[in-house]
Amino acid sequence: MSMTLDRPTLDSKTPEGPLADKWDNFKANEKLVNPANKRKFKVIVVGTGLAGASAAATLAELGYQVDAFTFHDSPRRAHSIAAQGGINAAKNYRGDGDSVHRLFYDTIKGGDFRSRESNVHRLAQVSVNIIDQMVAQGVPFAREYGGMLDNRSFGGAQVSRTFYARGQTGQQLLLGAYQQLARQIGIGNVRLFNRTELVDVVNIDGRCAGIVVRDLMTGEVSSHSAHAVVLATGGYGNVFFLSTNAMACNVTAAWRAHRRGALFANPCYTQIHPTCIPQSDDFQSKLTLMSESLRNDGRVWVPKMAGDTRSPQDIPESDRDYYLERLYPSFGNLAPRDISSRAAKRAIDSGQGVGPKQNGVYLDFADAIGRLGRNVVAERYGNLFDMYERITGENPYDTPMRIYPASHYTMGGLWVDYELMTTIPGLYAAGEANFSDHGANRLGASALMQGLADGYFVLPYTISNYLSQWLNKSIPDTSHPEFARVEAEARDRYHRLASIGGTRSPDYFHRELGKIIWDYCGMERTEAGLDKALSEIPALYEEFSKDLRVTGGEDGLNQTLEKAGRVEDFFELGMLMCRDALEREESCGGHFRAEHQTDDGEALRDDENFAHVSAWEWTGDATQPTLHKEPLAYEEVGFQTRSYK
Amino acid sequence: MSGTLKNLTLKIWRQSGPNDAGRFDTHVIDEITDEASFLEMLDILNERLVESGEDAVVFDHDCREGICGTCSLMINGQAHGPERATATCQLHMRKFSSGDTIVIEPWRASAFPIVRDLMVDRSAFDRIVESGGFITAATGGAPDANLTPIPKPVSDAAMDAAQCIGCGACVAACPNGAANLFTGAKVTHLNLLPQGQAERYQRVENMVETMDDRFGSCTNHGECEAACPKEISIDVIALMNADYRKAKTINRKSLSRV
Repeated sequence: MSMTLDRPTLDSKTPEGPLADKWDNFKANEKLVNPANKRKFKVIVVGTGLAGASAAATLAELGYQVDAFTFHDSPRRAHSIAAQGGINAAKNYRGDGDSVHRLFYDTIKGGDFRSRESNVHRLAQVSVNIIDQMVAQGVPFAREYGGMLDNRSFGGAQVSRTFYARGQTGQQLLLGAYQQLARQIGIGNVRLFNRTELVDVVNIDGRCAGIVVRDLMTGEVSSHSAHAVVLATGGYGNVFFLSTNAMACNVTAAWRAHRRGALFANPCYTQIHPTCIPQSDDFQSKLTLMSESLRNDGRVWVPKMAGDTRSPQDIPESDRDYYLERLYPSFGNLAPRDISSRAAKRAIDSGQGVGPKQNGVYLDFADAIGRLGRNVVAERYGNLFDMYERITGENPYDTPMRIYPASHYTMGGLWVDYELMTTIPGLYAAGEANFSDHGANRLGASALMQGLADGYFVLPYTISNYLSQWLNKSIPDTSHPEFARVEAEARDRYHRLASIGGTRSPDYFHRELGKIIWDYCGMERTEAGLDKALSEIPALYEEFSKDLRVTGGEDGLNQTLEKAGRVEDFFELGMLMCRDALEREESCGGHFRAEHQTDDGEALRDDENFAHVSAWEWTGDATQPTLHKEPLAYEEVGFQTRSYK
Repeated sequence: MSGTLKNLTLKIWRQSGPNDAGRFDTHVIDEITDEASFLEMLDILNERLVESGEDAVVFDHDCREGICGTCSLMINGQAHGPERATATCQLHMRKFSSGDTIVIEPWRASAFPIVRDLMVDRSAFDRIVESGGFITAATGGAPDANLTPIPKPVSDAAMDAAQCIGCGACVAACPNGAANLFTGAKVTHLNLLPQGQAERYQRVENMVETMDDRFGSCTNHGECEAACPKEISIDVIALMNADYRKAKTINRKSLSRV
């Protein structure tokens, strides 16, 4: 019996055959578990967002015993709920030239040729099933007067393939998946553990044997064993402190799995969304997204002259720079997110920023209101305009919105193979928690698609391929001493955090860490800056471990202690992000190294040396991870320079 | 343009657990920008409390975009505070004035027991959904999404109801602690759609009776609609009641045929 895992190997397990046949070939050859035997297997699903809720519900419908965990009071609170704009699918209901291949190609290109071709193709294939499934469950997507589904367009695509439910698509999809999960909870097929947070992963005999959790109401630490564990715990965008993520979003589940042997892939691929409301004061807790869909009708501009303090109405056309339209004429205001964000940063860095802190650019609807009338604009974007006014006190019908980029999504995550299994056998990662489909940049309306694809149409197929080998074999339960050992480690950890007795709150350290990551590992990275971050983060962590103050004790509900644990994991992740960004000596998608750019300032990839996934192994020392590389080969599409000009 | 509020007095409900006696604690905020959100003010207060060795005020919150439904708070006796159609997390300090006293309490309803301070347990809402707030459509067998056209007005009305964020303001605002707006919104969303017809009457009967076991009775005060951050209309309660009445006959008929 051994607690350690074999040395990780990066076998993507991509099936044989031409790209378009791989998924069918996999399904034709995988091992199944017959319906009567499914109830002999227990699967733990951590997280109840789109990926977690859809996986838990579907696995339970198939007959597996499912335990679902969420740190929220209800599965319906997961942050998938906040997605605004829409969900992509290759339905081609518009007849505008869309197809599975085109969605696949757009996603590969949008990801700047840094994603795994086979996974992306499967994503495009199952996208059409998602829309069917969600409509069957009663998701009220927008419709036309004839009763058919409506579509809109999004950045990085030249077809209209985005399905939407007003500005609340994520809400409606999550509620659909939540209701399906609620049905399974109601009939007893899923046991729900709410307000319960994963604090560690337990490996026994070379496979994931279960998890250790903390009951947030009582502080009690306990163990749960299973045949397989799925982490659907979201991304790590809150490492920046200020982001569009919800306050509780964190990396802890993925990070604890990483520390137990799961490789972490491409942590430096983070998405900075171009249209968020700029920060207004130093105590701001989060940034609010304004949907990308606004760029369908809004025009982005800054004053041509640096330091121009005239109000926007007083700046004549000749003194305005509509820089996206000027630089990217064929995509204009709908240029992809990474490109639009960098362009905004450059305008602000050169002194052309607007607003009281000169930290924004204008998103102006005056032309759209002139062309379409105020009513049409209100019908399309009314709820977003109202939200903007509530937050800023300014009315965007009369004065342009001010926007600025903010951390929004993370393409990096736990490394998974074609079957979504991490490098720990029996431990899976789904949705934003894995790295698999978006390469170095995610296209708008593709996060919802991937979460639901993983949970509904990938995991339920691939998991039986692993489970079948354990039929009628005994697996260790929570009486195994390894569970007790990991539980004790978790208790010690929270005891340590609660008893440092310093002077600063977890929020203070989170804010300081976020500033370092944003300044040196944000929209633009340099070798010197990353080196600086890699010396400043450990120093700040040192201060954290001596000067942290957590009040309220270890037992019972303590939101300050929860936060302290999450911030500690962000420290280690932050170091890995900077390390990954330093190692990747090229620019691609959301990863922009200032040393590697074309003469006109675009990202300059190095396919010869960096066409690989960087998967990092934990070595026990956060500053010394070991790099593994999965080469990326493109059979179907050749490498191209990504151009939106 | 931004300004600064001075000398705010907060009276905050503190309670250690569901069965403990509670009390109001008073805290003074000397100065805060009116750009801050209401919950950012509480964040600042909590950071101050922790750094001076006191326990932070416990409150529920998450997305801060008005969509997850996690935040709550009775602010000066109003669910989600004074701004119409706005959840607490989207309320900003510019709605208050220097020198104000602000009373902050948890949702007040017997179906939502207090966990600690301003946090309550709203899992009774989940029980209602589990009893019937879904359309049974197991993954994998769905027909093409455009096979069943849905007239736009029907789809729009379903969407109006489906916007509910499950925050519980309707229950907190109701003098009876009734959950009819919450339950009615889900019944309306699903019962209007063609996909929801097969389970229509079973759904409404199960959901209403699960609700009645846990919450107070509706007497049409309409406070729920006024407090709802999503402006869900009390028409959904009328539709639910009409369907429930029909369901009692229809479901009995189908039983008698067995």
